[in-house]
Amino acid sequence: MPALSYDPLPFFKRGPTPFARFVFFGLMSLALLFADGRYGYLENVRVAVAIVLDPLQRAALMPGQAWDVVAAYFASQTRLSDENKQLKQTLLTQGAVVQSAQSLLQENERLRGLLQAHARYRGNHILAEVLYLGRDPFSQKVFVNKGGTDQVKAGQAVIDDMGVVGQVTRVYSSMSEVTLLTEKDQTIPVKVERNGVRTLLVGAGTGRLPELRFMSANADIQSGDVLVTSGLDGTYPAGLAVAVVAAIERDSGMMFARITCRPLAGVDRSDQVLIVPAPLAGMPPRPEEQADGESPKRVGKGRRGR
Amino acid sequence: MPLPTINLPPLSTARPEEILRPPKAWFVLLTLLAALLLNLAPWSGVWLALKPDFLALVLLYWCIQQPRLVGVGTAWISGLLMDVGQGALFGQHALAYALLGFAAEYFHRRVLRFPLWQQAAHVAVLLFLCLALVFLVRIAGGAAVPDWSNFLGAVSGALLWPLTSIMLQWPQRPAPSPGER
Repeated sequence: MPALSYDPLPFFKRGPTPFARFVFFGLMSLALLFADGRYGYLENVRVAVAIVLDPLQRAALMPGQAWDVVAAYFASQTRLSDENKQLKQTLLTQGAVVQSAQSLLQENERLRGLLQAHARYRGNHILAEVLYLGRDPFSQKVFVNKGGTDQVKAGQAVIDDMGVVGQVTRVYSSMSEVTLLTEKDQTIPVKVERNGVRTLLVGAGTGRLPELRFMSANADIQSGDVLVTSGLDGTYPAGLAVAVVAAIERDSGMMFARITCRPLAGVDRSDQVLIVPAPLAGMPPRPEEQADGESPKRVGKGRRGR
Repeated sequence: MPLPTINLPPLSTARPEEILRPPKAWFVLLTLLAALLLNLAPWSGVWLALKPDFLALVLLYWCIQQPRLVGVGTAWISGLLMDVGQGALFGQHALAYALLGFAAEYFHRRVLRFPLWQQAAHVAVLLFLCLALVFLVRIAGGAAVPDWSNFLGAVSGALLWPLTSIMLQWPQRPAPSPGER
């Protein structure tokens, strides 16, 4: 079933052969890969293409959203009233905590004032909804519905009601990309809540729990310890719950213990998240690096080598 | 039962003696857009694992059927759009789709001689190669080696090939002549 008029006669000019074109476009792709992966030159191009793609992406989301609306309309009365009751109870129990938090906050500020410490920065949080999970089974990313127009900035921390979810890594005009803390090599500076031991929580990729790397075999960490952000990086505000230590393997043959942790937040489940601005405002500027490279290096903020 | 005005043929593949009309460029573009839309839809869970790469499938169809209209260049640009849509490293889908376009152009005379289900076997191999190339780029960029379940998309894509061909071919088929059956 050949289509009409498409088997070309050899004496017509057809341009370069498929192979030549493939080599050309293949090399272009490789160049793009290097430019993007190694040097990160192409963020502007990406944002431009994303603007073109934006209406299409919104259209792609529409059937799902319509389904949600319909499903919500037909949600049963009993379920809604149950949920309502439950939410009221939660609100009540949390109300007590919030009230004490207010007085604690004032007390803290007074004490900090006495100590002449910098006030902790409290910026505006941005409530965002998860539009969709990354379509890519490989990378642990979600897209949320707030972007550059809502003052979201790349690097801001993203939390849900239970703890840290991840970090904003790319900002488009009306949405942004959040890399989850389970992404391979996504790093969060944490400390153990129990004793204040500082360390780094490093994501291990899809389907695997994040781990604490380079902890000596005799480090004081127990299974069940809660890890909170240490705030040393100036990216994540201090004191946000991150993960709980799930398992520790101490092998005398290895230099470091293998410590896996379970994230506390509904990293791949939560559909409403809070974008938290970086607490850098009250921090002194970073000291100049010395020429001999001896200066203590600050912890990187997550994305490495991408 | 053909309508008096629009004599569209029944929904099946073209018989060998039928000559297809050339597709309209807007129709090709529309199908590519629709495939991109399907790819961008929020899939999750089992469906994400089973989801074929619709854009690759439609590209493959047009590259095989209309190699002079849709080729390596179109495939490459579609790949770039996919890269942005997925927030992936620039160029990995572009590279994979360019390979797909090239392979389709290289094989298009042969593939069309086979019945649909044998075409589907060819398609499975090509989609597998396409996925493997994407994963290879990822692994070079430091990702973990993928699970076998990530290749299910190639199989489901191949299973969808007959349907895709029939649907995309339908508007191009000539109206049955009045004397026919």
